[in-house]
Amino acid sequence: MDTVKMLRSGMLAVLLWLAAALLPILLFSNYHLFQLTMMVVYAIAILGLVVLTGYNGQISLGHGAFYAIGAYVTAVLMYQYDWPYWATLPASAIVCAAVGFLIGLPALRLGGLYLALTTFALAVAVPQLLKHNALEPWTGGVQGLVIDKPDPPFGLDISPDAWLYLFSLFIGGLLFLFAWNVVRGRVGRAMMAIRDHALAAEAMGINIALLKTRTFALSAMFTGIAGSLGAIVVQFVAPDSFGIFVSIYFFVGLVVGGVSSIGGAIFGGLFIEFVPNLAETVSKAAPGAVYGVILIAVMFLMPSGAAGFVAAAFARFRRRTKSGLVAPVTRGEAGAEDVSATAALPRGAGPDVGGHHSL
Amino acid sequence: MEGVLHQVLSGIASGGIYASVALALVMIYQATHHVNFAQGEMATFSTYIALTLINFGLPYWVAFVITVVVSFVIGVLIERILMRPMMNAPVLASVGVFIGLLLIINSCTGWAFDYTIKTFPTPFPGGPVLFSGYVSGHELGATGVTILVLIAVYLFFRHTKLGLAMRAAAYNPVSARLVGIRVGWMLALGWGLAAAIGAIAGMMVAPIVYLDPNMMAGILLYAFAGALLGGIDNPLGAVLGGFAVGIIENLAGAYLVGTELKLTVALLIIVLVLVVKPSGLLGRTVMSRV
Repeated sequence: MDTVKMLRSGMLAVLLWLAAALLPILLFSNYHLFQLTMMVVYAIAILGLVVLTGYNGQISLGHGAFYAIGAYVTAVLMYQYDWPYWATLPASAIVCAAVGFLIGLPALRLGGLYLALTTFALAVAVPQLLKHNALEPWTGGVQGLVIDKPDPPFGLDISPDAWLYLFSLFIGGLLFLFAWNVVRGRVGRAMMAIRDHALAAEAMGINIALLKTRTFALSAMFTGIAGSLGAIVVQFVAPDSFGIFVSIYFFVGLVVGGVSSIGGAIFGGLFIEFVPNLAETVSKAAPGAVYGVILIAVMFLMPSGAAGFVAAAFARFRRRTKSGLVAPVTRGEAGAEDVSATAALPRGAGPDVGGHHSL
Repeated sequence: MEGVLHQVLSGIASGGIYASVALALVMIYQATHHVNFAQGEMATFSTYIALTLINFGLPYWVAFVITVVVSFVIGVLIERILMRPMMNAPVLASVGVFIGLLLIINSCTGWAFDYTIKTFPTPFPGGPVLFSGYVSGHELGATGVTILVLIAVYLFFRHTKLGLAMRAAAYNPVSARLVGIRVGWMLALGWGLAAAIGAIAGMMVAPIVYLDPNMMAGILLYAFAGALLGGIDNPLGAVLGGFAVGIIENLAGAYLVGTELKLTVALLIIVLVLVVKPSGLLGRTVMSRV
């Protein structure tokens, strides 16, 4: 991309971001702002999974654990030590990255399925750990902690909900920019090389162990910050709100949004915030069933997720308006296919997730 | 010392349940290299079917047999409809489908049988019977049933033609197909058997932990731990691993970490096995060509 084009798309992104910040504040009620804030929070959490699964090929079914840790770091610091809410975000980023790094260490030895299994076990065990007596002086045990809603600073004349929305959107914007830069740089290419062919990547001089654990730490950090924001927005943490289903919903959001697309995380956030609300009008059990059916349908019909679908549609539109010729494969589809489409693998010989591309 | 004996005995009782679920997991893993994350939810669903039949007024053992048969059919159907296209899919796709299945079955259970906690009857005489009151009638009966099931499965695979064909299909699908074994149907049969074994485990554990839609989540975790401990591609290993996890869990719960952290023990076992000896105690070390 040349400089002019880059400047132009940068400007466009900033304008879009401003529109996303201002329009809802002017138009929406506090409840809808709360929902939008949660959507941003979920999008950040799923962003962590996109980096991990989409770009590095490691499957985690336990990111709810990092979400919980982030939420608890924030809640404990605010409730027990009176930290201001914004100061807790760096703390929870550091804690989650450290925990992620530690969990990434054994994960190194585990191929795709075993990692999925271990993280699944982690997610099942987390509520029990949070409830444990030894931690009760800090975590408040089963009861959880209630924290105060922050007021808008600088004498801004907006509601606290509107301020929280702006705050989350700002943090989210920074994190998405960060992730976008990481995956498009040298590190990102190394991550994708490991995903597509670990052995070849190693032969090219990539330190697989270091990069995989660091990716896990980075991914845990994103999801942990999301947890912190979530705790501030909901103003409440309790062990039972971080069960296995949080992790599973993140996974669903990841797959539905599009596994290897940074923008897909936004679709994922939209999906897990708003689809349950729609489905719940039918019945209490409906959200789970709807999630399950859509998850399986996406796996069979649209393996590159919503983001891949939109990218393909966009590419088709541009092709039609430009030349009328039909190119064989669009970029969006090809990129995502590496991870999730069905590439026939010799059993047991495949790498973690993706297709086994020969050199 | 008596306390330890008590913990070991009730560890064996719950270990039998874990061993059955671990066996169900390994049967599917061996044949397809998929880990069925929905195994627990399938078993819970079957247990609810049994409860419904019993509430209709059927005798326990009739309901038991009908449930096992229905579960078998459901397992076969799931393989035929959902899993067949996923045969050679990458790990992410298969994990996605299993998680989808987990969500669907879990919410169907909640929707059809509601979310309240229910008691489940036991066919065995109540009250403490053995070892000066350390083992209840149900625990003894459940252990007996699971051991019978395990022996039956062993005999089926060792001494029947169908069992041999199923093992051949899992071990080497291409050669098995060339000698005329219908590999696809053998896989479906394996799924059916796994679902049936899971159903029995569900019915045996429900009187102890009570029945609710999320009943099997913890048990599935122990079964994972057991399967990994014994070697995830070795049925005998999985069974032994299941019993071992049951005993470890009870001893650790009583003497080391307290009952609140029992699930964390399972997590620890999983991580330790994978770090120290990923093939498990009895599993094959997998070499892969690069």
